[in-house]
Amino acid sequence: MAFCCEHSAYSAADLAGRLALHCPENLRVIPVPCAGRVDTLHILKAFENGAAAVLVLGCEEGACHHLTGNTRAKERAKHAEVLLKEIGGNGRYVAMSNLSPNAPHKFVTIVDEMNERIKKSGEVR
Amino acid sequence: MIIAERKPMEEIKQVTAPYKKLLLAGCGTCVTVCWAGGEKEVGILASQLRLARGTEGKDHAILEATVERQCEKEMAEELRSKVAEVDAVLSLACGIGVQTMAEIFEDKPIFPALNTTFLGMPEKEGVWVEMCGACGDCFLDRTGSVCPIVRCAKGLLNGPCGGTRKGGKCEIDPQKDCAWVLIHRRLIKQGRLYLMEKYYPPKNFRAVKRPGKIQAIKA
Repeated sequence: MAFCCEHSAYSAADLAGRLALHCPENLRVIPVPCAGRVDTLHILKAFENGAAAVLVLGCEEGACHHLTGNTRAKERAKHAEVLLKEIGGNGRYVAMSNLSPNAPHKFVTIVDEMNERIKKSGEVR
Repeated sequence: MIIAERKPMEEIKQVTAPYKKLLLAGCGTCVTVCWAGGEKEVGILASQLRLARGTEGKDHAILEATVERQCEKEMAEELRSKVAEVDAVLSLACGIGVQTMAEIFEDKPIFPALNTTFLGMPEKEGVWVEMCGACGDCFLDRTGSVCPIVRCAKGLLNGPCGGTRKGGKCEIDPQKDCAWVLIHRRLIKQGRLYLMEKYYPPKNFRAVKRPGKIQAIKA
């Protein structure tokens, strides 16, 4: 599951679609007004609902449309990782990445890499 | 306010393991402010427990509820209908909240999810420091409103101890300020340094008879 900032990652995902770049079929994209909107609880709820991995994708560092949303998102993703570790992890992954709106190939690379990671651990749902 | 922090996950899992239906009860006052037991922390812990129990393959139901103050019977009473549905309650309140809940719902086991640590204030975002030892015999009037009972590592009333480091730091923990240096500086600022030259009778360390109880005078 990928939470995508509307100012960067969602545009990149949209562009990837228009360019017909191949994305994993199990990917669910959720647009958010800013990566900083994604709370630790949203990440945990995604796992509760069956996600194997959660990506939080925001603007490039120093270029956040809402100034500090991407840095907050990074901290929250780290916190979510700690919380998952507390309960044993069990093949659940969280990652936060930065990309610009005109980077569809980077979007696909990030998603593919995560998909490979969960495939290796046998947790594709 | 009362400061608390969450118990280790292993301990929480171990205590709640025999109970299939759990209510996670949060408190909306002190522990919400210190990020330990508010609505959000209840949500996070509930989610963690669901994920942990789900992986373990147990049949489970975890309910969530937060009241304004668990330490007041009238407010804790709001949880009655939810408590009736579960086997046990995991309280994310301070020790007072846990005991209040236990008094109201005597037939249900009420477990603490937090360790109540001290009475303190927020120093900066996410950092809380101890400020009061609730000793029952406050003498902040003569120490420039700095309490050496809790802010001095040795709890000295006739400090500083002689081990104060350069820059006014504590001998035991160089990250912390020496309380008596703070007192000295504050009294100089206020022109009341003469208070340190005075002799005082010994402090009454038995001002509060345990368990403490206060009866307000009705007007």
